[in-house]
Amino acid sequence: MIRFEGVQRHYGSVAALAGLDLEIADGELVALLGPSGCGKTTALRILGGFDHPTAGRLLVDGRDITGVPANKRDMGMVFQAYSLFPNMDVRNNVAFGLRMRRQDKASRLQRADELLELVGLVEHADRYPHQLSGGQQQRVAIARALAIEPKVLLLDEPLSALDARVRAQLRVEIRNLQQRLGITTLFVTHDQSEALSMADRVGVMQSGRLEQLDTPENVYRHPATAFAAEFVGAMNRLPGRMGDAGDVQVLGQRLSVLNPDGREPGAPVQALLRPEAVSVVRDTAGAGEVTQRTFLGASVRLEVVLDGGQKVLVEASSHDVGVEVGTRVGLRILADAVVVASPGVAPDPEATPVVA
Amino acid sequence: MVAIGTVGLGGPGALGGGALIGEIDEAGAPRPPAGRRWQRPPAWRLVILVIAFLFYAFPFAAAVKYSLVQSDGSFGFNNYSQIVSDGAVRDSLYTSLEISAIAAVAVVLLMLPTVVLVRLRLPRLTLLLEGVTILPLVVPPIVLASGLAHLQGSAPEWLVKLWFNHPLTGLTPTYVVLAMPFSYRAIDTGVRAIDLRTLVDASRSLGASWFMTLTRVILPNVETAVLGAIFLTVALCMGEVVLSSIMLYNNVLPVEMIQVGASSPGVSVAISILALVFVFVLLFSLSFLARRRRGSTSVRVI
Ligand SMILES: Nc1ncnc2c1ncn2[C@@H]1O[C@H](COP(=O)(O)OP(=O)(O)OP(=O)(O)O)[C@@H](O)[C@H]1O
Ligand SMILES: [Mg+2]
Repeated sequence: MIRFEGVQRHYGSVAALAGLDLEIADGELVALLGPSGCGKTTALRILGGFDHPTAGRLLVDGRDITGVPANKRDMGMVFQAYSLFPNMDVRNNVAFGLRMRRQDKASRLQRADELLELVGLVEHADRYPHQLSGGQQQRVAIARALAIEPKVLLLDEPLSALDARVRAQLRVEIRNLQQRLGITTLFVTHDQSEALSMADRVGVMQSGRLEQLDTPENVYRHPATAFAAEFVGAMNRLPGRMGDAGDVQVLGQRLSVLNPDGREPGAPVQALLRPEAVSVVRDTAGAGEVTQRTFLGASVRLEVVLDGGQKVLVEASSHDVGVEVGTRVGLRILADAVVVASPGVAPDPEATPVVA
Repeated sequence: MVAIGTVGLGGPGALGGGALIGEIDEAGAPRPPAGRRWQRPPAWRLVILVIAFLFYAFPFAAAVKYSLVQSDGSFGFNNYSQIVSDGAVRDSLYTSLEISAIAAVAVVLLMLPTVVLVRLRLPRLTLLLEGVTILPLVVPPIVLASGLAHLQGSAPEWLVKLWFNHPLTGLTPTYVVLAMPFSYRAIDTGVRAIDLRTLVDASRSLGASWFMTLTRVILPNVETAVLGAIFLTVALCMGEVVLSSIMLYNNVLPVEMIQVGASSPGVSVAISILALVFVFVLLFSLSFLARRRRGSTSVRVI
């Protein structure tokens, strides 16, 4: 088990990590998700031993490893930048870690071939890194990290330099490999679909802090904070008013609030609602009008403009919705609990809803 | 003195030669017929080539011819055989080669870890290091020489014995310092060209100690740059004459050549030709090593 205990890292006055607490169970894949500059790489580098915390400590199975140098940590790392050694062929790259462990040549090269088999690149074993594509290089890097049979695998956006198809494929490969080997993994990404699809648990980070750490489903359905809600998935902001019993009134419906945070009854708030948590009904006396309709295959995405000018995104199954642009509709909220944000706080520019 | 000049200029002259050879390769390579616009450049390239070739070849040929004239006026290899038979010349050649080898090793041991350390951990010192390493070029050698001569004269006897009695101990450290402007820049360029941080982190995470990281990962990837630094250092050690003669080390090759040149100019020219050939061989082995590397992403210094 890995534990970050109040880990801080300051660069001058900049706090790259402002007290990170995180626990990763054995065999688990945790994805750290957050906007650029929120401290994901810093957290990973500290766990790998390439950087040192200014405060706090790191525990592995209850043992404090804060002062242990990188080469004694037994952690395999795959980097965002291409990191294969240019002077060695693929096989020797993979065998490098074993060579450092003084394993004899024949057995380490054989082990390297086994790992290359695992990532499907044995036939390229004699090539040099510059003769491989980006995706192949990252696969070799994964094989190289796994060759030392590390306790922990650290992945720093290993797929960000690759095109969408290769990325989707490698995602599945990495996850399968990780589950098969049961290796504890910390995965850093700023791609929410990557985090949601691969991880056992997702940690949403902002400004050097963990906002929420939970299963992908819970992070998506029950975000702990407004930031987490808006960073993961598309989100509507609808004006509402706090009720007396920790509830909120939005579009004439009463919903419970996930993060009341001591807001006064009657206080104006904005409720955050996923497009699929809202449905439309054909209604000539309805509150809004459909202004855009995007067919997405399995679903349809509608943009409804309310009479007050408020835009609402709605995503519905393409079976149910027969409305055209220009139809007047009424809105119904399907969720019964929402996250609220204080009005006037503009959404983080990094967190503009990504329409997946 | 003429001979010394030739040796001293061996470095830059050879560099020019290297560039020229590159040109020949390029012009001589079979080029796919690329259309009419390619017809003109080869013509004027050829002219430049011929001029440059004559510029380098003519004095060289003259020197070779001169070195082959024996004292009785006939042609032969007497001047060359004298180099080998003249004990003083031979000894001075050995001494200079020893100095070169030790200085070259010292330069790499000193500069590579320094550059890596500064790039990785102390980037703020980059400017300072650049300033310090350029000093030997900024301060006139004569100042350094008189400083050292003064030290030589006033140092306690045990220090003189330990340090100044032999050119190996007296000159090598000085040459390491004198070579700094070139060696630092050559190695720094090489290190800049690789993704140092990522390679070091990768190597460390795979369990490599700092020593292993330096020798198995960094060094092979900046090989060409390091060879460049070695080459420049050797050229300096084989040609430097001001400091060694002021500090009265007469038994190193360049100083010896002045002395021989006074009595038998043919021999001194023969030595300078050998030195030039030596420099060329060094250059070619460098190029060869650089080309042999299949994963050659490292920077070509020469
Ligand atoms: N060596 C450094 N010196 C000064 N500041 C640094 C250094 N490294 C990181 N920082 C700062 O620390 C913060 C966190 O950086 P970090 O690299 O962890 O971000 P990240 O979450 O990995 O971002 P990205 O998604 O862009 O990779 C940033 O504000 C960055 O500017
Ligand atoms: Mg990063």
